Amino acid sequence: MPAALSISGLTKAFERPVVKGVDLMIGAGEFYALLGPNGAGKTTILRMVAGLLKPDAGSISILGIDALADPVSAKRRMAWVSDEPMVYDRLTPLEYLDFVAGLWQVDPTRARQSAHELIDWLGLSPHANELCGGFSKGMLQKVALAGALVHDPDLIILDEPLTGLDAGSARQVKDVLRTKTSAGVTVIMTTHILEVAERMAERIGVIAEGRLIAEGTLEELRTRIGRETTLEEIFLDLVAQGAAEDSLSKQDAA
Amino acid sequence: MTLTPASLPWLAAHEFRLAWRDTVAMMTGGRRMRLFGWIAGGGTVFGIMLLIAWFAVRPWVEAGIVIDKQALVMISGMGLLFWTVTLSQALEAVTRVYYGRSDLDLILSSPASSARLFAVRAGAVFVSTTALGLLLVSPLVIALVLQDGPRWFSAFLVIIALAAFSVAIAMAVTRLLFRLTGPRRTRLIAQIVAGIVGAGFVIGIQAAAILSHEGFSRLAFFQSDAIIAAAPASDSLLWLPARAALGEPMPALLLIALSLVALVATAALIAPSYGRLANAAAGLNHVRGQRRPHKRAFRPASQRQALRRKEFLLLQRDPWLLSQTLMQLLYLVPPALLLWINYGASSGDGTFIVIVPVLVMACGQLAGGLAWLAISGEDAHDLVATAPLSPATILRAKIEAVLAIITLVMAPLLLMIGLAAWPMALVTAACAAAAAAASTTIQLWFRVTAKRSMFRRRQVASRAATLCEAFSSILWAGTGALWAAGLSLAIGPAVLALLVLGIARLLAPRPG
Repeated sequence: MPAALSISGLTKAFERPVVKGVDLMIGAGEFYALLGPNGAGKTTILRMVAGLLKPDAGSISILGIDALADPVSAKRRMAWVSDEPMVYDRLTPLEYLDFVAGLWQVDPTRARQSAHELIDWLGLSPHANELCGGFSKGMLQKVALAGALVHDPDLIILDEPLTGLDAGSARQVKDVLRTKTSAGVTVIMTTHILEVAERMAERIGVIAEGRLIAEGTLEELRTRIGRETTLEEIFLDLVAQGAAEDSLSKQDAA
Repeated sequence: MTLTPASLPWLAAHEFRLAWRDTVAMMTGGRRMRLFGWIAGGGTVFGIMLLIAWFAVRPWVEAGIVIDKQALVMISGMGLLFWTVTLSQALEAVTRVYYGRSDLDLILSSPASSARLFAVRAGAVFVSTTALGLLLVSPLVIALVLQDGPRWFSAFLVIIALAAFSVAIAMAVTRLLFRLTGPRRTRLIAQIVAGIVGAGFVIGIQAAAILSHEGFSRLAFFQSDAIIAAAPASDSLLWLPARAALGEPMPALLLIALSLVALVATAALIAPSYGRLANAAAGLNHVRGQRRPHKRAFRPASQRQALRRKEFLLLQRDPWLLSQTLMQLLYLVPPALLLWINYGASSGDGTFIVIVPVLVMACGQLAGGLAWLAISGEDAHDLVATAPLSPATILRAKIEAVLAIITLVMAPLLLMIGLAAWPMALVTAACAAAAAAASTTIQLWFRVTAKRSMFRRRQVASRAATLCEAFSSILWAGTGALWAAGLSLAIGPAVLALLVLGIARLLAPRPG
């Protein structure tokens, strides 16, 4: 069975290099958390995977499909949820799901059933026919998540999906993601809420200065820094180490 | 000098600093060299306007300007046309004072006086409205000053007075709308009123000119015997602005004093309610509109159909956007009227030639607006971009949505022309299609990722695109007019229109 996501030598620069030759392999059905300080390059990596940015170099394979050579086939298998919910103010959640199902060419009968189930599941039933324009951030994020799930993707990529959500909404989103991974769906998520990564992710990747500086299970990361501690401590240690190495390599280059 | 925090001058200084930085950023886009381009370009355009104004007023000055009823009607009519533009601008700007949210929540949640903030923002609207007025009218006034003497400088006072009256009226209208329709509908209604005031008067005069003279000229309408005979006597107070513009000192002083009193009094009356109304407008973000479930939801549809359906639904559900886009259709009323009154009587005599360029121009402009909405104004850009369809398919679907709306709007008019003079209908259809295609292509080349709510600012975002779109539509309109007249010269503007398209391609940013 091919890996859900395989990235090799991924590089991207805007005015300066943002992603510097990242290699990453994520297995099918895995819950993978990508951590890193602000501006580390996490979102850029995920946007390249989602087909929203073109890499300068490297390759991306999604479930065995070369995402750069055949983006349409790759997109058919995945869903992207950003921290800013991609929802139309003047559509209702049901109309939004109808639109998304149309884009992914989901069978209408299945789409209708799936849309109603998702709306129920995410607690949006009382608002199913209200325009999204008046929704709170949490409700919008749930609508966006329903949109990501209505076409049954095999790979879900989420960029900071829990930012700004209240405890109840965050719990609902986490439950949905857990259920999906137990059903074999791969979830890749960036988050600044380390407790979420600690509890939910099977493997964690740490990005700093555009490089993947560490990767593994929580235990593997603990072993790496040689201390039995929280993910927060591990993360801060790794980022500090990464910054020191980066600074050394810059000095060497100079 | 240190200003007392939260005082009127302190708030004014804050507003001025923000406005100044916005203007500089808009003009330079971070590159200082662009500022020189703006100065050079702006200077050239102003020079050309001055030259046109110079030759336009010359015969009048040479004949000797006499302040009679005809001159007063003419100047008042033109002043009224100009005033509608400033009133429309003021209505738009005052609405933004209530509904613009950028820093309003911060200031309204602070102990600073909301009434003072309103006074400062009303003052800013007055300054911007005056600046627009001065910019529009100064070539004409300078030409008159240079040829007829400095008395014409008093026309600038009239501009300031008209701007003050405009802002006072705009504030009163907005406040009245809040009371009559509530915060939910005020913005929409005020913006529709602004659009109708801005375009409506020009169109109304044009329509009246057509009905009375079967021609388009507004100036001829103001000079017609019937209008001059019906106008009040020369000593009427109605001519106060015209007399002020002609350099009579007393009317000028009276007018400026009256307008400033009106402005200050209106602002003082309305300011105390500002905080409450602005907060009520902010509360609208949490209002939810209930919709009946769509009957056609979850029916089989292709990806392109899904995209088109979404475009139609969003446009239909956004009355403000719809009104802004379709406002351009108001300009079709005069040609439609001309078509109607001449229908059947003069189908073959070339009357419809006048209509061809108007329809072509309207079509180009309408296509530009709709194309921006469909191509650039995508609220869920990431969603559409991550959907399993090629960028070409997305664009095709969006362009189809634009063309479908234009076809719907233009078809009845083309049909009417076609029944009366089918070759003319063919010419119109061909040139309108070319203008629409060119505008859509330009929007495609200059596409950016933007929210639909940015529609009003789209012309600021890319002036190159706006200018190319306007020139292209004008040139296709010219082609249509010449072609309809049977002149082979039509090839000239057509070639120029293609050249403009080529320039647009060169100016357009390359995808990264």
